Amino acid sequence: MKRGFTILALSTAILLSFALYAALVIAPTEQTMGNVQRIFYYHVPSAWVAFQLFLINFVASVIYLIRRNAKADMVALVCAEVGVVFCTVVLITGPIWARPVWGIWWTWDLRLTLTLVLWLIYVSYLVLRRFSMSSQTPLLAAVLAVFGALDVPLVYFSIWFFRTQHPSPVIGGGGSLDPRMGRVLLYNWFAFMALAWLICWTRYRLEVAERAVHEAEAMQSLREGAR
Amino acid sequence: MNATHYLYAAYVMTWAIHGTYLYILARKARRVRRDIEKLK
Repeated sequence: MKRGFTILALSTAILLSFALYAALVIAPTEQTMGNVQRIFYYHVPSAWVAFQLFLINFVASVIYLIRRNAKADMVALVCAEVGVVFCTVVLITGPIWARPVWGIWWTWDLRLTLTLVLWLIYVSYLVLRRFSMSSQTPLLAAVLAVFGALDVPLVYFSIWFFRTQHPSPVIGGGGSLDPRMGRVLLYNWFAFMALAWLICWTRYRLEVAERAVHEAEAMQSLREGAR
Repeated sequence: MNATHYLYAAYVMTWAIHGTYLYILARKARRVRRDIEKLK
């Protein structure tokens, strides 16, 4: 287990270093926006990874609702937490990119607003998990996650079906992307996926250990109470 | 602030967010390890 973790951590570090080099050096400079367009290689893959994690959270929540499986509950929690981290990156890098290109940090455009709503939904999911002491918390959180996941396709397809300030999708949306830029985008996507997988693995193991500690503490206080 | 500064700001912020989260995880892991030791 420890060896597998070390190998994954090393591969992720190598992948991330190469992806950073590709984004800053290998990718050609975009003609209109110049170097600031390179934010794209962090902004877009972070959004894709966040969507994937929220999707896994949705599937795990449905499994929990059907089978009341504790592992599914832990997977849902871990994916939501790491997904919020990646979604935060999207919400921070987006305005930093928008400022020099659009001249504004933020606009209440459909996609931007829906992304902010998505972030708020999963932050409230985490707040619920953190502060609710009820035994029904995993159940309530799973229901919230199922409804929250409905926002993911809305965010993704908002730029297909509505006219928004946000640019059209670069893949599959009629946008044209230089093949070299496309390759660099994929390198960064793989690198961030590896990072997300590594963090999720670590966080899952931590959650298992934390729950075992709580269980042991509860058993100990029960034994002490019985004496 | 020229455009390149925005690029660096975005990259630095990305790693600052991931770094902060990893730091929080490391602190949590230390706390859980301490609790395990206490239980032993």
